[in-house]
Amino acid sequence: MNLTLRVWRQAGPDAPGRFETYEAKGISEDSSFLEMLDTVNEELVAEGEEPIEFMHDCREGICGTCGLMINGRAHGPELGTATCQLHMRTYSDGDELVIEPFRAAGFPIIKDLVVGRSAFDRIIEAGGYVTVDTGSAPDANLTPVPKETADLAMDAAACIGCGACVAACPNGAAQLFTSAKISQLNVLPQGQPERYQRTLGMVEVMEEHFGSCTNMGECEAACPKGISIDFIAMMNKDYRKATFAGRKAG
Amino acid sequence: MTVLDSRVPDGPLESKWEDHKFDMKLVNPNNKRRFEIIIVGTGLAGASAAATLGELGYKVKVFTYHDSARRAHSIAAQGGINAAKNYHGDGDSVFRLFYDTVKGGDYRSREANVHRLAEVSNSIIDQCVAQGVPFAREYGGLLDNRSFGGAQVSRTFYARGQTGQQLLLGAYQALSRQVKEGNVELITKSEMLELVVVDGKAAGIVVRDLVTGEITRHSAHATVLATGGYANAFFLSTMAMASNVTAAWRAHRKGAFFANPSFTQIHPTAIPSSDEFQSKLTLMSESLRNDGRIWVPEDPDESRHPADIPEEERDYYLERRYPAFGNLAPRDISSRAAKVVVDEGKGVGPLKNGVYLDFADVMERLGHDAVADKYGNLFEMYERITGEDPYEVPMRIYPAPHYTMGGLWVDYHLQTTIPGLFSIGESNFSDHGANRLGASALMQGLADGYFVLPYTIGDYLAPMLGQPKVETSAPEFDQAEQDVQARIEKYLNTNGTRSVDWFHRELGKLLWDYCGMERTKEGLEKALSEIPALRAEFERDVRVLGSAESLNSSLEKVGRVADFFELAELMCKDALVREESCGGHFRAEHQTDDGEAQRDDENFAHVTAWEWTGDPGDPTEHREQLDFEYVTLTQRSYK
Ligand SMILES: Cc1cc2nc3c(=O)[nH]c(=O)nc-3n(C[C@H](O)[C@H](O)[C@H](O)COP(=O)(O)OP(=O)(O)OC[C@H]3O[C@@H](n4cnc5c(N)ncnc54)[C@H](O)[C@@H]3O)c2cc1C
Ligand code: SF4
Ligand code: FES
Repeated sequence: MNLTLRVWRQAGPDAPGRFETYEAKGISEDSSFLEMLDTVNEELVAEGEEPIEFMHDCREGICGTCGLMINGRAHGPELGTATCQLHMRTYSDGDELVIEPFRAAGFPIIKDLVVGRSAFDRIIEAGGYVTVDTGSAPDANLTPVPKETADLAMDAAACIGCGACVAACPNGAAQLFTSAKISQLNVLPQGQPERYQRTLGMVEVMEEHFGSCTNMGECEAACPKGISIDFIAMMNKDYRKATFAGRKAG
Repeated sequence: MTVLDSRVPDGPLESKWEDHKFDMKLVNPNNKRRFEIIIVGTGLAGASAAATLGELGYKVKVFTYHDSARRAHSIAAQGGINAAKNYHGDGDSVFRLFYDTVKGGDYRSREANVHRLAEVSNSIIDQCVAQGVPFAREYGGLLDNRSFGGAQVSRTFYARGQTGQQLLLGAYQALSRQVKEGNVELITKSEMLELVVVDGKAAGIVVRDLVTGEITRHSAHATVLATGGYANAFFLSTMAMASNVTAAWRAHRKGAFFANPSFTQIHPTAIPSSDEFQSKLTLMSESLRNDGRIWVPEDPDESRHPADIPEEERDYYLERRYPAFGNLAPRDISSRAAKVVVDEGKGVGPLKNGVYLDFADVMERLGHDAVADKYGNLFEMYERITGEDPYEVPMRIYPAPHYTMGGLWVDYHLQTTIPGLFSIGESNFSDHGANRLGASALMQGLADGYFVLPYTIGDYLAPMLGQPKVETSAPEFDQAEQDVQARIEKYLNTNGTRSVDWFHRELGKLLWDYCGMERTKEGLEKALSEIPALRAEFERDVRVLGSAESLNSSLEKVGRVADFFELAELMCKDALVREESCGGHFRAEHQTDDGEAQRDDENFAHVTAWEWTGDPGDPTEHREQLDFEYVTLTQRSYK
């Protein structure tokens, strides 16, 4: 199939950006979206034009590296699908696609379709862990964890850190990402001792980098891993408890 | 040919490691701050090592080319991680895990290392659970296990189909805590492009910032490479797109021996490629082989829908050739069997490059819902990629490069042949011999990083107390930085006509054809003449646009592919001199009457470790003899 692409090109963080139009020709419907971009890039290189920079690594929907706004939607139109898992059979011959980076105040553009998401790492550093030095752990089966609890923790832990939730949010808020990590640890027995301190620390850093949540729910719809906004409610509850009790330890 | 000293300690196998921990020199807790350690890589191996060394008090600097430590290739592991917990009382033990791993590796690994791996496996599970890794649980709240990759016991711990992700996030979080506490400095989007050796010891590295292009120098008392495997030499593989050999290869060129480079694992169940634009291959979990039946049509010209092909016109070749193990035959054997039928022209799919993995029987036996419960997410993933519904049409699968057993040679301390340079995880060659068992790579990466390196590195550092690290103004650093700059400029100025990917794809095809699932003397010699010719063309005709001063992924790739070219030659050379078949290395000349791999223990029970001579076509071969005291060598049989 043949498509027309309008792609955001920006030479660097401070350079002005603009849309460029490219024709993607002879694309197989079995190609993935990123392979379609690979093909366009091959053409560009052949013509002596710099290829389009975009983010990717695993191409299996698990590393969270990829992420594009496609016709205004984070990761494109398919539900529960990261950009790298999107295939061209979703589109038809002659379609026009507008391809932009994930835009948010917390995600500065580095080049073309590549953004910086290190603010997510700062949030994790603020408490997204259990304090346990290597070698000091008791036997793994010492503390049974009810299956439903373990499953709930896993539902939250499935987040791939892609940032689509932020890109989809009109406020550029990072509540879905942050609450997923907080909830994973806060529901498990291992996470209890640091529960409130963790919640306070992570929420504070989140607020430094990202916008505020106004319950639009766009994040959940864009999330390739189906992370539920129920986790945001859980986080808010823990946050209220934490501030109320003034439990900011150490 | 020198004999390599593995530094395996004396004493009985069961107590070697415990005794040795006591014998090794220690760095006093207060002195740890005075030692700086560089770690390259934040996969399971690198992140676990960086976190642990940070906790111990060392001053750690850790580098990754990823934009976050959370994204390393390790994240893609699906199946699980082994440990000898014997929680299910089915007779597992440290010794059994050890034995299975040595046997699975077709007796080409070092007993003492493998035993240590089995010993620390249990502590890994304890550590990860304490970190909050959400492993699957039974209704009683205890940890669940499954059996995996031909093992006769249930010893695999898993977190849905995302075990690698969850283990990596656990290690990444532990690392993040050390970053916050200031013990570890984490430098992302930065690629190591050169190792610096001063007075025969590793002194540090030269790094390029992938965003700004800035080249920087870093020195330390010890350097650790945790940079993963090199299966992307084949271009198409199940590896993440950016995985590469550069860090290990640069170290090799500075004196680190490279061991068993031809030992690559070809996984039997990946989705076959659909066209020539395909950029990578996706793994379908091996667990599917528990219920799926593998077959091809008898008639190479078959054109009917698979469901319309009658039973008697199908060849269930694994069940036919290996009645005892059937569809569950080990990876290397299943892969080769698929190649045989596809080479006979019986392949299925538009490109005739796959075999069927058919779920019709189990659908009939258990029903749609039970199958969906077990494999739903995998079926969905398959459909998303191929557009075909595996509930209705058999899956098409074909083997794909997946893992590399070979890597930097390391001794029992995980130190390479360059003092002060260590290698952990998939980047070293250590524990899997000629074939890795499923769920054992995650175990090895975390064993090395959490529980082995933190002890052995102390033994190297302790005598250096009070010695300053090498200054980055040393002439060796000048030289290394100049070399890096020169390479970058050379490629930016080549102004050829073909893209980096084009060359990578061509190289991959050569390797796959001649150094893939089946190797012959003739084929390897052909590859050894064609690779240098293609490399020469690459050096002359590659086109890299853009500048060195900003993000430039073609520039990143060109250096990696250049190193793959040199490695590819070494892989072929290694496969050529190993005149036997073992594990993933199948030399057609060395097979039994019924087509099975024929080992030659008399002449090849050794590790081949190659020394760089300056000429990629003429490396020097060294050997480490393998002695088996506890395991009896037998011909593997899965009939
Ligand atoms: C699809 C798939 C499924 C798998 N499933 C399983 C499984 O179920 N069980 C199992 O046990 N194993 C499995 N494996 C194997 C296992 O995942 C890997 O062997 C293991 O994760 C490797 O970990 P590592 O830490 O050694 O390397 P990696 O995870 O590859 O990490 C390498 C790190 O090094 C960095 N790096 C590399 N070079 C440089 C450089 N020059 N400069 C800076 N940084 C650099 C990278 O950024 C990265 O952080 C699977 C593999 C694949 C491909
Ligand atoms: S919550 Fe969903 S959208 Fe947000 S980072 Fe995680 S996986 Fe991506
Ligand atoms: S590239 Fe890894 S999730 Fe898309």
